This record gives sequence, structure tokens and C-alpha cells, in this order.
Amino acid sequence: MTSFYGEEKSRIERGGAERYHEKNKQQHKLFARERIAQLIDEDSFVEDGAFANNQDPTFPADGVVTGIGKIDGRPVCIIANDSTVKAGSWGKRTVEKMIRTQEQAIQLKLPIFYLVDSAGARITDQLEMFPGRRGAGRIFHNQIKLSGVVPQICVLFGPSAAGGAYIPAFCDIVIMVEGNASMYLGSPRMAEKVIGEKVDLETMGGAKMHCSVSGCGDVLAKTEEEALLAAKNYFRFMPDNHLRLPPLEFVKNPLHSNETNEQLIPKNQNAAFNMMKLIENIVDEQSIFEIKKLFAKELITVLARIDGHAVGIIANQPKAKGGVLFPDSADKAAKFIHLCDAFHIPLLFLSDVPGFMIGTQVEKAGIIRHGAKMLFSMSEATVPKISVIVRKAYGAGLYAMAGPAFEPDACIALTTAQIAVMGPEAAVNAVYANKIEALPEEERQAYIEEKRVAYQEEIDLYKLASELVIDDIIEPNALRETLIKRFDFYRNHYVIQSTKKHGVYPV
Amino acid sequence: MTTILSEMAGTIWKVLVKPGDQVEEGQTLVIIESMKMEIPVEAEEAGVVAKVFVNEEDFVEVDLPLVEME
Repeated sequence: MTSFYGEEKSRIERGGAERYHEKNKQQHKLFARERIAQLIDEDSFVEDGAFANNQDPTFPADGVVTGIGKIDGRPVCIIANDSTVKAGSWGKRTVEKMIRTQEQAIQLKLPIFYLVDSAGARITDQLEMFPGRRGAGRIFHNQIKLSGVVPQICVLFGPSAAGGAYIPAFCDIVIMVEGNASMYLGSPRMAEKVIGEKVDLETMGGAKMHCSVSGCGDVLAKTEEEALLAAKNYFRFMPDNHLRLPPLEFVKNPLHSNETNEQLIPKNQNAAFNMMKLIENIVDEQSIFEIKKLFAKELITVLARIDGHAVGIIANQPKAKGGVLFPDSADKAAKFIHLCDAFHIPLLFLSDVPGFMIGTQVEKAGIIRHGAKMLFSMSEATVPKISVIVRKAYGAGLYAMAGPAFEPDACIALTTAQIAVMGPEAAVNAVYANKIEALPEEERQAYIEEKRVAYQEEIDLYKLASELVIDDIIEPNALRETLIKRFDFYRNHYVIQSTKKHGVYPV
Repeated sequence: MTTILSEMAGTIWKVLVKPGDQVEEGQTLVIIESMKMEIPVEAEEAGVVAKVFVNEEDFVEVDLPLVEME
């Protein structure tokens, strides 16, 4: 005979009604408890609040599973919405459970995983769950308190609607499942009623849109399994909290692409090449975790390992938009640098940048204040920083990529590097435009060429090294070895804590 | 049918395909010159070029159609 306790427990662990489980299956969605099982080590879960709202049998666990488990032996807090219970909506106890899990994360300094799949507030419970001191606003307040203290990781499996959409927004990383995950403040139905816009959910707030256009999503996963695996892979780079260092993983060889660095980098400064291949050449084999791969592709942000140590790489991608910096790329860099700095991950800048984009469109988009964000977070970061000039570093691009003035531990140039306010062609045009105009047509080309050569001499790499602008010149193929040695020396980088409250961040 | 749009304002430096051409994923269709950089525009997937909207030396704005693929 089963006991009342046993029946209650199994009722709760089954979640919502069978038809909702069916619906989940049709959408290739896992049950919240299965997601947790896939994420954590077997039998490591300790659940709190399973009996929440048990007086009403239609709300098992009040629609959210919360507790502590282990990932690769490391304890983490987990909050998982159960979409089979009233579409994962938030009632009074749902919110209280989420707040308590966060409070536990604060107390124990444990990383926190948000497995989100929720239709938003339960309007019928609004007085108890919306406006008060322990209402839903407190979840976000806690997230902001936790930010930079412990890693906050969000995997989005379904909707994250209205206010709920701020959970991913305050996380360090957002992994979205293509086709099912969405984030939006007002539903398409609401958009049609209020502003007369006819649009479907996928177009307005789908995973692909957020990972490629808005930048609210960081990783686009094809399946839930892939999303959970990405969350675990990301977590391997993160310390448990800001008082710890990122975990070290044993050393593997760099994954050699067929070409050496020297072969990869074109002699012609204006020609495109794939910077990702250079990154593959200098980091440990299969250690690359790319963040915002589909967003602002002109700038690459990856977590990777060099000689087993975690490193955050910010690299211009000449293959996309010429590697020129745009408002979105500056934004992408700023958040990534903040992330790495918060959790003691050293930064490596790989420059091949013609500068920031020009023109009315980007000025209207506020490229100056977005660019300022990138410079601000790079300048404020106190982790070890190495700036490598791979090819060109022109204008404010040099500054944004941790140029010499921003006190990187070292600014080293490859033999292929060129540092200047602008490229030779642009400079000659800018300085001698009137003179060129005044010359007879047939003399212009020779004059331009003469000035170009003179300019080229002026910005000669060895001249810059002679003036100590750069700390060293190395051959492209020696890059990995140099980085291993240098990061090893800079790891104990001494930081004087500032006594100011905080800067005025140019958001 | 997918239309490939310009990601950046600039000048069309080279048009490398014509209608009827079979192209592979990642193949360069057009090269835009902007900010003194050569910016390759690649096919997102394999297919046949249906239409080319631009000529060499044209100025293009952001989001203007460059090539239509089928």
C-alpha cells in the first residue's frame, strides 16, 4: 500500500496534466525535471519547495522546480520553470521559490542556472506576486546583486514573456533553443491590438532573431540537449564565484589548421581573411566557446584555453564588414569584457581593424557612445591584458583594442602589423586632396604613390618599436608560444582597488 | 528565393557572378569596398544566381539587394 506521502510526492514529480506533457513532446521539449537530470550529475539534486501550493492539485510545485545539484562535481543552484503547470506561469509561491533559490546562491556563493520556459505572471495572483517587496521585481533585484558575484547562466527553452524577459537580460549568458525559445515584452496579439502590427512570434522575438539581430541571445542551439551541453561547456570556463579563479583544464595542442599564421595573414592590408583560423592556431585544441557568433560578426568574442588557462579573446574579423567596428560590435565587446573581468579571465585582443564606421547612419545610432562603452570596459578591466596587433590598427580602433595607452601588460606587433591614425591611401587623400586636385591628371598617380611611400615609412613598424610604442615585434608563427609565456608572467597582475563608488558608464 | 542584402554602405568593387551561375555555400558573390577594405559578400547556401542587382562601381547603402538566389 502506498502512503499518502508517497502519492503526494509522485503526483508532484509528475508535473502538470498528461496533455501538457504530450504537447511538450510534440514541440520536442523536455519536462523540466528531465532538463535538470540532463544538466547535473546523477543523484546530486536536493530539491526545495516541491510541496509548494500542494493544497491545490492543479499546481504541482507551483510550476517551478528549485534546488541545488552538481555539475562535474561543482554545486550549483537551479531554477527550472515547468511549462506543464499553467504554462510555467508565476504565482505567489513560484516567485517566492525563485527568490529563495537566489538568496541561497548569495549565501553559499553558488553559480545559478535559470532554465526558463514561462508564459509570465499569473494575472489571478498579481497582488501577491507582482508589486510587493517579495514580488517578481525582487527576482531581478537579486539577479543584479548576484551579477559578477556568481555566474548566472540562462537556458531558454520556451517563452520568456513580458517582465520575465528580464531574467535572461540580467544573466551572463543566454542560450536559446531555435524554434521554441522566445523573448518579448508584448505578444504578437498585443502588438496587433495596441500598435496595429501584424507579426508572428518567431519574427518578433524568436531565438534566431535575438541571437543574430537584437543581441539578447548569445548562443543558438538546435535542440534542448545541445543547449544544455552548451551551458555545461560554458560553465567549465567559469569559477564558482568572484573569489575563485577559473578552473584549469589539462593542456592539449593547438588545433592546427592547414595554414600557418604566416600563410593565413594576407600581405595586402585591405584583403579579407578568416581571423577565426588564426584563433584556432593559437588556442588549445577544441577549447573554443564562441559567444554571440551570429551577432555583429565583424568582431569575434570567444572563451578558449591557452596552455590550459581560460582566456577571453576579442578579435576583429576582417571577413565580415571588413572588421570595421559598429555600434553593435562595440556593445558586444563591452559586455564580453565585463564578463571576463568579473570572473578573472585574462583578455587577449587581436587587432586587424580599419577603425570605427563612419556616416550618418552610425552617428544616428550613437556609435560614439557605443564605442565609448567598449573603451570604458576595456580600460576598467583589471585582469591581465595582452594586445596583439595582427595586421592593421587604425584610428580609435587601436584604442578600442587595448592599444598601448590603455596599459595592457604588453602590446606586441606581428611582423605583419601596421599602426596609424588611418591607412596610407586614406591619409594621402585626406592630407593632399587639394594638391592632387591641382595637378594635371597624368601626374596625379605618381604624386600619390610618392606620398604613400613617404607615409608608409613614417608609420614603419620598426620605427614605432624604436620609439617604444610597442613592446615587441614577433613573427606570426611564434604567437602561441609568446602568449603562453607572457600570460604566465602576468597572471599575478597586481590590482589597486579603486576607492571611488563607480564610474559614470556611457550606456 | 533569397535576396542577399548589403551589410555595409560602400562601392561595388567586383561582381563575381552572373544569372544562371551555380554557386556553393560560402562562395564570394560580390566584393564591396568600404572603409578601404575589401568586403566579400558570400552565398549563405548553395544555389543558382537568379538576378544580380548591382554593377561594378555602384554606390550601395546598407540593406540594398545585391543578388537574388534560387
